[in-house]
Amino acid sequence: MRALTLKDLDYSVLQQCMHCGMCLPSCPTYESTKRERHSPRGRIALMRAVADGDLDVGAELAEEMNYCLGCLACTTACPAGVDYTTMFETARAETEASPLTGTVKRRFLRWLLLNQVFLYPGRLQLIGHLLRIYQNSGLDLIVRKLKLPYLLGRSIGDLEPAAPQMNREFSDECIDLWEHPPEGVKVRGKVGMLTGCVQSLAFADVNRDTVDVLLHNGWSVFTPRTQACCGSLHAHNGAPLLARQTGENLMSQFEREFPGLDAVITNAGGCGSHLKHFSSVIDADMATQWDEKVKDIHEFLVETGYRIPEGSEAEIHALTYHESCHLCHGQGIKSQPREILDSLPAWQREELPHSDTCCGSAGIYNVLQPEESARILDRKIESIEKTSATCVVTSNPGCHLQIQGGLQKHGLDISVTQPVSLLAEAYRIQSGNSPVDKS
Amino acid sequence: MAINASAFGKIVGKDQVLTENADLIPYGFDGTAGIKQLPGAVIFPADTAEVAASVKEAVRQDIPIVTRGSGTGLSGGSVPIAGCLVICLVRLDRILEIDPANLTIRVQPGVITKDIDEAALQHGLFYPPDPGSMKISTIGGNVAENSGGLRGLKYGVTRDYVMGLEVVQADGEVTRLGNACVKDVAGYSLKDLFIGSEGTLGIITEVLLKLVPRPKARKTLMATFSSMEAAAEAVSRIIAAQIIPCTLEFIDQVTLQCVEDYCQIGLPVEAAAVLLIETDGHPSAVADEAVAMEKICRDHGADDVKVAATEEDAAKLASARRQAFSALARVRPTTILEDVTVPRSELAKMVSFVNETAEKYQLQVGTFGHMGDGNLHPTFLTDEKNAEEMERVHHALSDIVDKTIELGGTVTGEHGVGLAKKEYLSRQFDTTGFAMLKLVKKSLDPDNRLNPGKIFDPA
Repeated sequence: MRALTLKDLDYSVLQQCMHCGMCLPSCPTYESTKRERHSPRGRIALMRAVADGDLDVGAELAEEMNYCLGCLACTTACPAGVDYTTMFETARAETEASPLTGTVKRRFLRWLLLNQVFLYPGRLQLIGHLLRIYQNSGLDLIVRKLKLPYLLGRSIGDLEPAAPQMNREFSDECIDLWEHPPEGVKVRGKVGMLTGCVQSLAFADVNRDTVDVLLHNGWSVFTPRTQACCGSLHAHNGAPLLARQTGENLMSQFEREFPGLDAVITNAGGCGSHLKHFSSVIDADMATQWDEKVKDIHEFLVETGYRIPEGSEAEIHALTYHESCHLCHGQGIKSQPREILDSLPAWQREELPHSDTCCGSAGIYNVLQPEESARILDRKIESIEKTSATCVVTSNPGCHLQIQGGLQKHGLDISVTQPVSLLAEAYRIQSGNSPVDKS
Repeated sequence: MAINASAFGKIVGKDQVLTENADLIPYGFDGTAGIKQLPGAVIFPADTAEVAASVKEAVRQDIPIVTRGSGTGLSGGSVPIAGCLVICLVRLDRILEIDPANLTIRVQPGVITKDIDEAALQHGLFYPPDPGSMKISTIGGNVAENSGGLRGLKYGVTRDYVMGLEVVQADGEVTRLGNACVKDVAGYSLKDLFIGSEGTLGIITEVLLKLVPRPKARKTLMATFSSMEAAAEAVSRIIAAQIIPCTLEFIDQVTLQCVEDYCQIGLPVEAAAVLLIETDGHPSAVADEAVAMEKICRDHGADDVKVAATEEDAAKLASARRQAFSALARVRPTTILEDVTVPRSELAKMVSFVNETAEKYQLQVGTFGHMGDGNLHPTFLTDEKNAEEMERVHHALSDIVDKTIELGGTVTGEHGVGLAKKEYLSRQFDTTGFAMLKLVKKSLDPDNRLNPGKIFDPA
């Protein structure tokens, strides 16, 4: 099967953009450069020029599409309802398929991450295990000082510090296949839990917290082992066929229990945005049903109702909320995480200026476009500094790591966590630290 | 007409000159539908001196110049001439001075309109003109187009706030016009020539703007009507009751549905027409006016009147209205936006005529606009790829223009003539007036260097 090209796209999709310019102030790369080419309507103009035969699919289009974060802020800003996601993914796929595009280094990194690492959950977990041993040994600091990774080539050398800190326990180690609400909590139904790929290794604690919150609210939780990547990285990076393959793998892991599940829960904004659109890459009835069942954790809690944690805290701390692009722009989930944060007894939320602007993580953008990513991150840290918050809350592993790194670089003593972790903590405090029944 | 780009590189810096196809394509249009043209080069000067030097270089190379800001114009004013030099002023983006003693703000032309009002807010002041694109439009473009906005009824338009300008002339010489004085009758009011000149007389490189005290209170009402005529009648009654609200906007059902699809704030999509009314000023006056207007609306056929509970709700309503034009693009591939304006008393007649015309030519139209000041935006929802339908659109537009002029109106209230309204301009002027337009152009830009072919063809 051949991937869709810009020329195959229904022309009305491209024509939908009436170039009014409302997207410009929302675009991080336009903000950085003030050049139309690096803006949503500029990129659409280039795509349209390709469809019209006025521009070849070459290095320039590839460069431009790779420069786009894919943060989708423009889709929120667009009054005309332009489907930028489809155009963006099509253009990236087309440029990646063209032999004329990309540097050797970029192609290697992309191949390594998409075709080797994120396609095989077992391999990813093995890397996770090795990384964990490596990071726990303290060797990483020495190795980095000696620049040893660069012996393996510059690309690996650049990549090594970007590898996230691994959890002591991975998701499969801290979450059982089936878990049920503790005694005294009325059972409301059954949900599936998506552990994610990176999330599963580097944020297994957040996954644990998500399961705890679900249990506290009366949901039995089914968590398949060694879950496949959902394919969002592949779809956003111009590999639609790999995206289909990983999506099918993931669905098949849920197949046995799927009919009985009330919902399938995701807690990572980036994954969720893609997980809800399997039917656009996979042609099967199950994909359509799947799309309807996938719920972001915040969306699910607010929709089904969740127990407001009680408590009268002596000391209230200030937190601020950074929105994952694919949660707010990709899924339109803006109020629910805020509602949850505002219900926490120990915290006072302060609105973050430009909370819905990308932090520069954007999937593997920070690895492939480190300079622009750093510029965008600096602006995000500046916004955070303007608040009095001692804690930044976000709900996507990429954002979490990126902002953590930025705060560290700027020497700021501000912690990073996720809404569901704070909610789990509030429940734990309220129930006197009693552990949840894992039987 | 090949451009020697390196000569401009020496003036603005090599990295501030674009000549590659992929860089130029995104500068081939502005916010206007259906008009596209590739420039020869785009340059980004950093200050007035670089603009002036660039103009002199363009004179030397004998190439036309089109000035551009954020490219959100709606009449094709900043669409390039084939092979021209585009001077893009987005790097001249500094707010130079706020003077609370004289109530003025001095800014460079690339400053975003909304940022001016936000800077004014820091001093408790207010910059009222609020074109739909205020989040991204530049003040230079606003002055060049004499932009209006939602608050025109009470606060006027951009022209009413421009006190002084710095202008680079067609020969590259720089001049300053106007000053911070409220009264100034020294000579012709030359600055006024450049306001609304659409980049055809000079390049604006600095603007001195008037600010006003920020109103202490505001209240927003939304009234729904089951007919257009009832809404128009209510507007007439509000004005007759000697209330001048700051905003009196009207949205028809087609537009309402599109806006709601976009912003999902619970607009009454089943209503035939909605009036969005905002009053601002002293708190007690605002309270009185809101009550009075609600009563007038109810007495004259409003099915419902809602008062926005919070400032945030009010802002959402205003913002929803500002996106009306772009939101209409959801329906069909091409949106042709009109900007006809008639004296307030003729408004209901004009709205009915628009609907009759759409019916006559079997076209889809969404209408919204500034009912308080007679400025309507009938928007034809069509497809530029369908030549036969476009032909009908053309006839419909022509009929609407004729009716507008018959009712004593103008072909464009706030978007400018540019390329989009060019063919209609002569219908509005008598021969002497039309010749005078060209005479002004000829005396200030004899070589037809600046934005040639916009507004009218050179003599």
